[in-house]
Amino acid sequence: MSQHVNPVEPFLRMERMPHIWCPGCGIGTVVNCFVRALLKTQVDIDKVSVVSGIGCTGRIAGYFRADSFHTTHGRSIPFATGLKMANPELSVWNFSGDGDLIAIGGNHFIHAARRNADLKVVCVNNFTYGMTGGQVAPTAPLHSLATTAPYGAFERPFNLPFLADSSGAVYVARWTTFHVRQLVKSMEEIMHKPGFCFIEVIAPCPTAYLRRNRLGDGLEAMRHYKQSSKVVHGADTRSVDIELGGPIVVGKFVDRDRPTTLEAMRDELHKSLGDKYVPYPTGVQR
Amino acid sequence: MEKRIGIEASIAIAEAVGLCDADVVAAYPITPQTHIVEHLSEMVADGHLDAAFVPVESEHSAMSVCCGTSAAGARTFTATSSQGLALMHEILYIASALRLPIVMSVANRAISGPINIWNDHSDVMVERDVGWVQIFCENGQEAVDLTIWAFRLAEDPRVSLPIMVNFDGFIVSHMVEPLFMPDREMVKAFLPPFKPLQRLDIDNPISMGPVGIPDIFTEAKQVQQHLLTQAYQPIVETLGEFAKVFKRQYKPVETYRGDDADVLLLTMGAIGETAMTAVDQRRAKGDKVGLVRLRLWRPFPFEDLFRALGRIPVLGVIDRCISFGGPVGPVACEVKGALYGRKDHPLVVEFVAGLGGRDVTVTDFDKMFDALFEAKRSGKVPAPVLVGLRE
Ligand SMILES: Cc1ncc(C[n+]2csc(CCOP(=O)(O)OP(=O)(O)O)c2C)c(N)n1
Ligand code: SF4
Repeated sequence: MSQHVNPVEPFLRMERMPHIWCPGCGIGTVVNCFVRALLKTQVDIDKVSVVSGIGCTGRIAGYFRADSFHTTHGRSIPFATGLKMANPELSVWNFSGDGDLIAIGGNHFIHAARRNADLKVVCVNNFTYGMTGGQVAPTAPLHSLATTAPYGAFERPFNLPFLADSSGAVYVARWTTFHVRQLVKSMEEIMHKPGFCFIEVIAPCPTAYLRRNRLGDGLEAMRHYKQSSKVVHGADTRSVDIELGGPIVVGKFVDRDRPTTLEAMRDELHKSLGDKYVPYPTGVQR
Repeated sequence: MEKRIGIEASIAIAEAVGLCDADVVAAYPITPQTHIVEHLSEMVADGHLDAAFVPVESEHSAMSVCCGTSAAGARTFTATSSQGLALMHEILYIASALRLPIVMSVANRAISGPINIWNDHSDVMVERDVGWVQIFCENGQEAVDLTIWAFRLAEDPRVSLPIMVNFDGFIVSHMVEPLFMPDREMVKAFLPPFKPLQRLDIDNPISMGPVGIPDIFTEAKQVQQHLLTQAYQPIVETLGEFAKVFKRQYKPVETYRGDDADVLLLTMGAIGETAMTAVDQRRAKGDKVGLVRLRLWRPFPFEDLFRALGRIPVLGVIDRCISFGGPVGPVACEVKGALYGRKDHPLVVEFVAGLGGRDVTVTDFDKMFDALFEAKRSGKVPAPVLVGLRE
């Protein structure tokens, strides 16, 4: 046996390898970055919980060696909200595909951001429903091809940072899977930041998106991300729409503070009930 | 003229929907239904089908859109499976209560958890009481035929109800099969243009879906019960007319080598085909076994079932789903309920088989037949059997 263990390995359920992800898929990079962020911040893994919905990205919850929950399609945010409310000590990380988070689960997303639920939400945006074979998603760039949009998508896609920002998220960033260091840094930043923190990761899905749109393979996507990304920290999120094959504005767009749901609830109840109010769960502050 | 071609059942079903000139298709992808709607979206994009394809954001929205389009008087189709059907649940009741003749393909698949994408009937069995006509297919040909027939039945003014056409996920949906593809002229001869019983129309305003106060709610439910029960006659008639045009006759309950049988087994869906092979093998050995294949699930075909059973002393019922904590198999429960109080009713042996994609093999059927003969010999009904359960 080799003495050198990949530093990522202890964080994965190795007995479940090989994983299902295709060669060139970007999801693995996101997992890798998350592990680096955990290692750097030295958080207690027993206090970290990983939640995901259904989809290729959803598989993260199954492969990650932490308390994890693989919920139904679209419902990772409400599940995570419940988890955090009942056990505020946990750092609750939500990994979802764009379909899971923004199509079927879109309503939960905007409400969790609005109420500033204390969740770390990472969206792997590959512009399509990868797991079901590449149907048109609400993130599909205009004119991009999908199995259910054989001559091009004609509905205007969501601009996810803007959606998160305008719904009330306290932290909003976007990176691509090329920007691994920056992604790790963003993950570190939100590790201890209270409130609804959102990172969009633009990721290649060679199988269901790139190939159909003649955008090459995973490597070609990296080249595109490298050449066409522009780092604009603090960019107005209204200006970061993504067009097919066009430039990708990346960076940290929003970093602000606002009471979390739990804090707001406690303040309000404290105001009305005074000393009679005993915060649940007792003894836990955040 | 019909041509016999090799084609994946999902693609053929989509083509059949095209032949029926559906006006709207609204759907959200889910395995194993996806190929149907993908192909429909291609047909729309290629101009082969003049319809609106709505790629909604969830199945709840899909069924809601379908209600809207059907209420506007458009011929409406959707398809789903498993979790998707479950997510539609709330709206399924609305569609039937408003008498909207939506046609839906259901590629049957297990319900989570644990997560499972393979075939059984746990998705559709919980939808038993939603007020839809529900029918089961054994193969791709039936799925194509009954999809075309479904539009005719649903839109029949005596019925005007939504209908689910069920077929087994993967086992039927993904099978490339040689089948007779109806042509447009034949479909035209069979399926008249859609004339909605009522629709939202600016010139003749009506209101759909208002509150049913206690004074009226019971009567509204009675109307639904009456309509779905009375749909039986139009079902038989339209299946007969289908046979006239397409030369393929479908019945609410089918049998196989049941006439002189000593024991009978009841199946639903694709496993009926494997069961027929098993019957042939047992018959070759001199054992008089036969099959009853339940095709129509709602309205429940009581009389056809009684006729198919005759005076059989022992009947096995195979369920593809478990009713937890209850009488185990939903179909067996239904069948027993139907037989209650009848003279000389058979002993009913319950089997649950093929959960979450587990194969049901000829050997499995053999064992089931053995159990039926044993029940006949002893006169005792064994506890429900989970076929192929690993201890
Ligand atoms: C209620 C429900 N509807 C549909 C599905 C089928 N389904 C599974 S994953 C998925 C979409 C996956 O896309 P995305 O969330 O973007 O994740 P990716 O696979 O691209 O990572 C769909 C539609 C489901 N599991 N449940
Ligand atoms: S289908 Fe796409 S998203 Fe899914 S594993 Fe393959 S490359 Fe990744």
